[in-house]
Amino acid sequence: MAKKSWLLKWPALRQLANGDLAGLGDTAMSERTHSLKPRTSTADKIVGSVCPYCGVGCGQKVYVKDGKIMDIEGDYDSPISEGCLCPKGSATMQLVTGTHRGMNVLYRRPYGKRWEKIPLKQAMDMVADRVKQTRDETWEDQHEQGHPLRRTLGIAHLGGATLDNEENYLIKKLFTALGVIQVENQARI
Amino acid sequence: MAECHPVGFRWVMEAKRRGATIIHIDPRFTRTSAVADIHVPIRPGSDIAFLGGLINYIITNERWFRDYVINYTNAAALVSEDYQDTEDLDGLFSGWNAEKGQYDPSSWQYRGLEVTPAAGHREMFSGEPRAERGAIVSAEEHDFTLTDPLCVFQIVKKHFSRYTPEVVQEACGIQPEMFEKVARALCDNSGRDRTSAFCYAVGWTQHSIGVQYIRTAAIVQMLLGNIGRPGGGIMALRGHSSIQGSTDIPTLYNMLPGYLPMPKASYDTDLKKYLEYNESASGWWSEFPKYMVSLLKAWYGPAAIAQNEWCYNYLPHISGDHSHMVTVAAMADAKVQGYFVMGENPAVGSMNCALQRKGLRNLKWLVVRDFAPTETAEFWRNAPEIVAGDIKPEEIGTEVFFFPCAAHTEKDGTFTNTQRLLQWHHRAVEPPGDCRSELHFIWHLGRRLKELYRPSAEPKDFALRDLTWDYRSIGAIEEPDAEDVLAEISGYSLGDHKYFAGYKELKNDGSTVCGCWIYCGCYKDGVNQPARRKPATQQTWVAPEWGWAWPDNRRLLYNRASADPDGKPWSERKKYVWWDPEQRKWTGYDNPDFIVDRPPDYRPGPDAKGIDTLSGIDPFIMQAEGKAWLYDPNGLLDGPLPTHYEPEESVLKNPLYGQQCNPARMEWVRADNPYHKAWGDPDYPFIATTYRLTEHHTAGGMSRWVPWLCELQPEMFIEVSPELAELRGLENGGWATVSTIRGEIEARVLVTERMQPFVQQGRTLHTVGLPYHWSWIGRSTGDAANELTAFVADPNVSIEESKAFSVQVVAGRRSRKRRAATQGALVEREVAGPERDLPPVHQKPVGQHGLHAEKTEMTEES
Repeated sequence: MAKKSWLLKWPALRQLANGDLAGLGDTAMSERTHSLKPRTSTADKIVGSVCPYCGVGCGQKVYVKDGKIMDIEGDYDSPISEGCLCPKGSATMQLVTGTHRGMNVLYRRPYGKRWEKIPLKQAMDMVADRVKQTRDETWEDQHEQGHPLRRTLGIAHLGGATLDNEENYLIKKLFTALGVIQVENQARI
Repeated sequence: MAECHPVGFRWVMEAKRRGATIIHIDPRFTRTSAVADIHVPIRPGSDIAFLGGLINYIITNERWFRDYVINYTNAAALVSEDYQDTEDLDGLFSGWNAEKGQYDPSSWQYRGLEVTPAAGHREMFSGEPRAERGAIVSAEEHDFTLTDPLCVFQIVKKHFSRYTPEVVQEACGIQPEMFEKVARALCDNSGRDRTSAFCYAVGWTQHSIGVQYIRTAAIVQMLLGNIGRPGGGIMALRGHSSIQGSTDIPTLYNMLPGYLPMPKASYDTDLKKYLEYNESASGWWSEFPKYMVSLLKAWYGPAAIAQNEWCYNYLPHISGDHSHMVTVAAMADAKVQGYFVMGENPAVGSMNCALQRKGLRNLKWLVVRDFAPTETAEFWRNAPEIVAGDIKPEEIGTEVFFFPCAAHTEKDGTFTNTQRLLQWHHRAVEPPGDCRSELHFIWHLGRRLKELYRPSAEPKDFALRDLTWDYRSIGAIEEPDAEDVLAEISGYSLGDHKYFAGYKELKNDGSTVCGCWIYCGCYKDGVNQPARRKPATQQTWVAPEWGWAWPDNRRLLYNRASADPDGKPWSERKKYVWWDPEQRKWTGYDNPDFIVDRPPDYRPGPDAKGIDTLSGIDPFIMQAEGKAWLYDPNGLLDGPLPTHYEPEESVLKNPLYGQQCNPARMEWVRADNPYHKAWGDPDYPFIATTYRLTEHHTAGGMSRWVPWLCELQPEMFIEVSPELAELRGLENGGWATVSTIRGEIEARVLVTERMQPFVQQGRTLHTVGLPYHWSWIGRSTGDAANELTAFVADPNVSIEESKAFSVQVVAGRRSRKRRAATQGALVEREVAGPERDLPPVHQKPVGQHGLHAEKTEMTEES
């Protein structure tokens, strides 16, 4: 056995033994090539996802190691995309891990010339205060002819269409309860 | 489609491999044209003339699918004797009120009956007293010989008789031989054995007559019997991962989840009236009250009881139009204080960017949530008008908050794709730094506001107090559980907390909770249905166990039409859903879109009500009479049939009618939004159309910061034909300045035969193509195409016109970054001339469209 395996390290012999006359098949592979593995093979977990760009809805697999995304690839199981991703979908890895992403809340004062970093919780408190103040100032209870209005035209919203359904649901639910009716979306555009 | 939906286009190529003929109709030659069997260049803005030509061809050549048309459409219905067509009135329908700039649709109705439309503007329905279906559907209302001049079929025939191949040539620039070739291929591939599909991208909606574009395609498909059948239909190829979901669960001003209308101030004054105006006496919308009450129970919980009309009085009311452009115009006039912009970049992606920014400058506060500060977040710092020195940051009083957002890989949730398919994406990692999901943001904002208003005893704050807002909190960052939200959307019974299998289980007695009735069942059995990922290879070609499609996991809507009136497949080749006489039920490859045990020979009795009015041959169950509408008696604001009108800014006079543009379109006549002449403006002689590239995504927030994509498409450009290049001295790779009266931009020139001039009405017409992804920040920058576009919109849906307008093009870099929104019109002249409309229209319905002329005097904000 040992002798045979030593001999078969010679590619020409391997090709003959395996009938691989063109030398383009498995026999042409070196040990190193044989031992190569996809960079995703050491992932701790593979998470099912969906491409965030257009409306086709291609399946994505997110490969995670040590709490970080290693790669994002097409999902072969998807009946929609069968493993394919377009240039944008293929760039999703860079979209979600790129250095362009802001990590801090930024605040620009009225008439200010620069951004300031502020803590997330403080920013949330400030926005809640603005909403309350504007809402209370601009509340319309009824029309002069007595029709109910129960709303504010002082606040508006415009959402992108890459938000989740659950997010849109809570946006519509909260804003409607606040009487904010100017709630719009990319779907109008 | 190959450029903007490349992976979806794989299936077009698969169809081609199996013998399908691919026809590509586009002003530009693109990657789609390269692999299509036929490419038809068309003048931007002339699609209704082309599609109308197809309708005329189908009818005059007797190519329509008789059994389908007679049984499944409203072809035989008789229309009011007061109806007058655009043929009679030179481009207007009866009912036009020139003073109000609106139609009164009463003369468009079926004879002796007003029906509630399944979609569109239900408020046009005159309401009380409600017509009862059983009483009104009788033989004398129909002419099944289709010969009565006032039956729908004859009206359609007459309306489109003018759309001859010669007129198509005059309006669209398409040669009659080419037109015939397309028409023949389409008809040859429709019928019992074959179906044809229309795929459009939503640029089709971006016209001042956009809704009617899609309507025209629908008429073609109905006449050919291509709706509700496998391989047929009209596919809207939507450009965002959940733009379908954003309409289903709308963050849109005029709707509540599941296409329930927002209450209207002047007549939806209580729940009883609201239900009366919106439910239908017949068809599936007779179920309307169940969906509304279940929604109110989902939102206001135990506070919602029968005695207080399920808290209906907590809902705010709309009065007129509160859509995006209406709101931004109000913003520019300092009538809005605060603006939330989440994952959107209107300073680049919306019309007349400079007017958008003027709106932002006049706010008190602005919240932007995105991956990185976008142009919308930084409008005060380095926008073109700031760089030009017209405005200084220290003059802008807007307080701006930028919140970094979480990516889809950092949160749980569903996207609804363009096929109505909900797919769950799982959180793979935690969001970094202060990045949070919108779910997190809105939930915590709601919790804070509930706390701030807790001491209040004012009735205006009760809705917030009683709002159900308890969702499970996960992890250190306190992320609300998206699956909890999905379960509420899907719905459950209040007594035993049983998750519903579908919307048929919903009730109007307050015992059921459902946040969006069309999504009811997506959490069936407590199982996250959109998260199902059974491999495609392990299930049928319909793949019902991958994700979950609304409604009821149905993959093809109105699929009862895939069988003939007797319930048998139209052909073995196109078999999909059929009646099984032994089991006495509908069955097939998909979930049948019909009352499952209603036999094909069922006919409603005279006393039938609600769903019982749907006969065994009524596949279009959402329609009041179960038939597809070739002709719309109700629901549209600009006419019961599509009519070719020119864009707001055209190079041509309307070749078909004296009426130049859609008379009911929305205009914003104001100094910061000037218009060109309606046609033949000597200052703006070329046609412009905007579009997307494979490597970028809309306003660039998800692509211009991504180096790989910026490397693939690094720069803004303008696509021109060699003929135009010669005319204007443009050099490939050089610079051009493109302008409208609203703004001017610079772009690199791409001279290519992919753009062709059209010869029409004795003139050579040049078109330029402009991608609209770029603006001044990000890793790849360039001028924004939307600096050129105007606020002008379709009246039905308030969607802008950006796919056809007029421009000037000169060689070189000559922009001084002038913007009408800061400096006034770029060319001094009258803002709007009387020549815009022939005959003249006195007033355009901005902010008050959509309200029945006699019914309301609202629009206090207009």
